Amino acid sequence: MQLSREDLLEAYRRMRLIREFEDRVHEEFSAGNIPGFVHLYAGEEASAVGVCLHLDDRDRIASTHRGHGHCIAKGCDPRAMMLEIFGKREGLCGGKGGSMHIADLEKGMMGANGIVGGGPPLVCGAALAAKTLGTGGVAVAFVGDGGSNQGTTLESYNLAKVWNLPAIFVIEDNGYAETTASSWSVGGSQTGRAAGFGMPGVEVDGFDFFAVWEAAREAVERARAGDGPSLLHVRLSRYYGHFEGDACTYRAADEVERIKAEKDPLMLFRRRVREAGLLEDSDLDAIDREARERIARTVDDAKGAAYPTEADLLTDVYASY
Amino acid sequence: MPKKSFREAVNEALRQEMERDPTVILMGEDVAGGMGAPGEDDAWGGPLGVTKGLMPRFGRERVLDTPISESAFVGAAVGAAATGLRPVAELMFVDFMGVCFDQIFNQAAKFRYMFGGKATTPLVVRTMYGAGFRAASQHSQCLYNIFTHIPGLKVAIPSNAYEAKGLLIQAIRDDDPVMFFEHKAMYDEEAEVPDEPYTIPFGEANVAREGEDVTVVALGRMVNFANEAADRLEGEGISCTVVDLRTTSPLDRETVLETAEETGRVVVVDEAHPRCSMAADIAALIAQEAFDALRAPVRMVTAPHAPVPFSPALEDLYIPGPDRIVEAVREVHGYGRG
Ligand SMILES: Cc1ncc(C[n+]2csc(CCOP(=O)(O)OP(=O)(O)O)c2C)c(N)n1
Ligand SMILES: [Mg+2]
Repeated sequence: MQLSREDLLEAYRRMRLIREFEDRVHEEFSAGNIPGFVHLYAGEEASAVGVCLHLDDRDRIASTHRGHGHCIAKGCDPRAMMLEIFGKREGLCGGKGGSMHIADLEKGMMGANGIVGGGPPLVCGAALAAKTLGTGGVAVAFVGDGGSNQGTTLESYNLAKVWNLPAIFVIEDNGYAETTASSWSVGGSQTGRAAGFGMPGVEVDGFDFFAVWEAAREAVERARAGDGPSLLHVRLSRYYGHFEGDACTYRAADEVERIKAEKDPLMLFRRRVREAGLLEDSDLDAIDREARERIARTVDDAKGAAYPTEADLLTDVYASY
Repeated sequence: MPKKSFREAVNEALRQEMERDPTVILMGEDVAGGMGAPGEDDAWGGPLGVTKGLMPRFGRERVLDTPISESAFVGAAVGAAATGLRPVAELMFVDFMGVCFDQIFNQAAKFRYMFGGKATTPLVVRTMYGAGFRAASQHSQCLYNIFTHIPGLKVAIPSNAYEAKGLLIQAIRDDDPVMFFEHKAMYDEEAEVPDEPYTIPFGEANVAREGEDVTVVALGRMVNFANEAADRLEGEGISCTVVDLRTTSPLDRETVLETAEETGRVVVVDEAHPRCSMAADIAALIAQEAFDALRAPVRMVTAPHAPVPFSPALEDLYIPGPDRIVEAVREVHGYGRG
């Protein structure tokens, strides 16, 4: 399977939208316009997009607290997301969830998650539903390096294996869980853990969209073919703090600047497609411009939108009362 | 007396107990921070900086950063408590109880009883609770009521910096497992806090304010709100007694009943959901034991039976605040007066 010109444009478009979205959320948070705990995905775009380009409406993903990128990659509407993050009534979750609980079940996006390790068991369930209902769908759990140490995650590996589920575990290893280095916190290796549970696991360069795309292709094909779960250990970096407001003193002084200069995933993508003669700079510049304008409009809309009201406080607790 | 923030009071209690007793250790996610990282060590001291400075003082052997494995490290704290240490484990947000609850309620809470009185489990689990941070449904709950329900656990919920220091030192010296609740919106609030170590005994409520007309029973952050409401009501000629429960387990039934009997009019304030809550518990206690003294039905002021919403517009409506306490006090005060 090859990436068509349309695929490449779409991949870049989604990555740029994520970057633009996160950069703007960062600005708006700093200006005091966004409340709460906000965890940004900038720097990690190639993972969400490289995986989700293989997915369609049958497929489900479960995300983490760092969920905006997974949402956009799975096709959620950035405008409704921005409104949600601003706590507005027309937001994706009516303003009730916010950044940490942003979800769009119609798009197969089962939610960001405030509980580290909350997603993998849910993905086992979504994979079981797909298998039982015969939809041909697969389910993907995005998990941080920190989340990889949660019991729920490790139990899910085993369950997915023994039930032979169409599940994929994507460990997004950005080097840190809050301030704690993954080189310290993870006993053994991610791929060794996969092997321990009898599932294929590969390490992937998460700065390289094409590497993620290729590894995810194999895992998704395996799952769709009924050959069970897989694990990807994606190494990447987050550009902002753990949450907005984190001074990141635990990182090396020039760490992020060096990564941005040497291997920013959008920059690498551009270089690669240009050198291979697949896309022109003008194509990509147009996407950059579009993304900037589109996200700017979503921020304006979010600022102008109405908050929920008292009548909304007690709705949605149950499906029936 | 020096003024200290709630954050400083907790930090000081931990430091003084660690100095006094070498078996006291801390553990939790990023309680120091920077583990294995290239930059600053002790980078955080927890997400809100409460334990900062303790690792440099006591070393990584006594201040242990953990992987994100609550079931394992909270359970390890339980096991260590049963075998000679006095661990203080930090469960960053009480909402994360779901991934470690077994070790607390089936293991720590029941050892002493199940083993015929032979075990002691001097464990403290410090944890953040409460709404007001725009932290949404999974980082804003109270949940102390769930722990209060479990025999064998003690539950402390300090209402200010002074209370925090005394109750935490008591919690560490106590031979039973203690859940210690810190409201995330209170860390910067200051009170007069003595420099020297002191304890506040469990099961002794504090009458924070004495009045004639209405008794307001509250806990944690709600004590501040009750006092604020009482200040405002003073201007209307309604004087309130405010009772700070301090611990929900053990519960000071005597003080609750005495102060309820004195006024015959009671409002109970609890930030948690109303069902199976401290509010309901106190109301039931008064209804059963002080029925003859009551001159109005007991009123509960609580959060609604709904998860904590994210949007500031909704969260502000969600939290039981001074306005609602004032309203409830007026209502019970006016009851039966025609
Ligand atoms: C069960 C649970 N424990 C702890 C936390 C607090 N917490 C939120 S994010 C985080 C670090 C997560 O690290 P990682 O999984 O590597 O994801 P990253 O933030 O790097 O994307 C922690 C400890 C939580 N939300 N849930
Ligand atoms: Mg991480």
